[in-house]
Amino acid sequence: MPGTLTDIINYVIQTALGVVGLDYARVPEMLRIGAAMLIACGAMLGYVAVVALFFGWAERRVAGRIQARQGPNIVGPFGLLQLIADAIKILVKEDIIPQTAHRFLFRLAPILVFMGAFAPFVVLPFSETLVVSNLSLGVYYALSFAALEVVGVIMAGWASNNKWSLYGGMRLAAQMMSYEIPMGLAVLTVAVLSGHLNLRTIVLDQQGYWIFSWNVFRGFPWAFLAMFVFYLAGLAGSKRTPFDLPEAESEIVAGYHTEYSGMRFVIFYLSEYATMYVVSALTAVLFLGGWHGPIPHVLAWDGQVHWEAGPVLSALIGMVNMIGKSFFLMFVMLWFRWTYPRVRVDQIVYLCMKVLVPLGIICLMGASAWALVW
Amino acid sequence: MSPEIVQAVIFYFLAAMLVVSCAIVVFSHSIVNACFALLFTLLAVAGFYALLGADFLAVTQVVVYVGGILVLLLFGILLTSPLPIVLGVATRRTYYLAVAAGAAVFAMLMIIVRAFWAGQPAVPEQQSTLEALGMLLLGKYLFPFEFASLTLLAALIGAAYLVRRNDR
Repeated sequence: MPGTLTDIINYVIQTALGVVGLDYARVPEMLRIGAAMLIACGAMLGYVAVVALFFGWAERRVAGRIQARQGPNIVGPFGLLQLIADAIKILVKEDIIPQTAHRFLFRLAPILVFMGAFAPFVVLPFSETLVVSNLSLGVYYALSFAALEVVGVIMAGWASNNKWSLYGGMRLAAQMMSYEIPMGLAVLTVAVLSGHLNLRTIVLDQQGYWIFSWNVFRGFPWAFLAMFVFYLAGLAGSKRTPFDLPEAESEIVAGYHTEYSGMRFVIFYLSEYATMYVVSALTAVLFLGGWHGPIPHVLAWDGQVHWEAGPVLSALIGMVNMIGKSFFLMFVMLWFRWTYPRVRVDQIVYLCMKVLVPLGIICLMGASAWALVW
Repeated sequence: MSPEIVQAVIFYFLAAMLVVSCAIVVFSHSIVNACFALLFTLLAVAGFYALLGADFLAVTQVVVYVGGILVLLLFGILLTSPLPIVLGVATRRTYYLAVAAGAAVFAMLMIIVRAFWAGQPAVPEQQSTLEALGMLLLGKYLFPFEFASLTLLAALIGAAYLVRRNDR
């Protein structure tokens, strides 16, 4: 049974070469590693793009539904082909760089932001076997790359040479930096409860009594609270409404990406959806059992296993569970956006410093006490 | 093609990135450019840590230096002065002093490496340092660890006290 996505890719290449009549063992090692890396990276990149495109459509449909209007419904069934129309429109847009902008940094900024948003996908597990890299640092690594996003956003704001952009960049950087604290505390709560930072091991620990062995229920008061702390802090970190002050239209036009157009703007847009997905998937992995349940892949009662899915079927069930949970949590983010008004700056600071941080500390202390007792 | 060659390629790539970005940090006349170049210096150092098998250290380098110190530097620069900032040009004397100091540090590092780590492989076995580090930090080195965090907390409270608005 292959261990990680890279192994599976290697296995597929090996089989494919075997059909053509080539011996896999004679392919140079560097070529093998390179091919596996490229395919894994391409697969994740494609996944991010599809998720972003799909939610670009879903966002407008949900908005239409919630605000009792239509949303895109002309192009294709349910307006689904609108995605393709949008993609073509974006590709042919003119790429404008303002004359007074710092040209190099202006071009570099979206790449840095996307790098920061994309890096966590390396450790996100989709099922027991489908994970690009089974890092033992897992969740620590996933959260560390928000730093690149912060620097990229400040860079975009400064390089645009525009006051609104600079304000937007500063606001977002301050917001992301401060909300990293409650996020870290919530993650530590889970780390203390399960004793690991490795995302795969954290999920494996949540196997057992169907949904009741998920961390939310298992570590009841502490992990339950920590889930809301993590999700809200993640929401603020991905600058979604109600925390979208960095791009508040009524105050600072579109914030740090005011001057961006065409493909460069889309990269920012893509990173926003990528960050949303990472927050949702991490919530699912840390608190909601990852690929375990609600669809079970093992049926066991009276102490014996009655049915167990084969390796391929269980990977499929795991993927459906994991992606289903992540998409539901992303849908909740859309729901928030079209239901709540934007909060004020003082309310953002209040929520972080006086609500989420104390709550996170209480969760961490409670979980530590539990870990000591058991 | 063996893993050693892959490692060598990555090493030279990181080394080039480090040297170029360091040169920009030192020689650039715009403090903002220097600050953004520092990002690549810090990332290259994190890459070196990862290459040497110090995974925890590499991620911590990104969290602390890129996420903390660099962002603080950028905040400080962008919030306190008008946008295009030009540094004063260094005098000849500064260059001489800088070269002397650099040579001294280089000599010291070479002596340390030659004296203590001669004959050891440059790249250790690839395994996670996480558990060993945790055991050491909360076991053998518990007191220095807690003392450092207490010192940092005191510094934080002191800073908050200093910038407090005086209402009296």
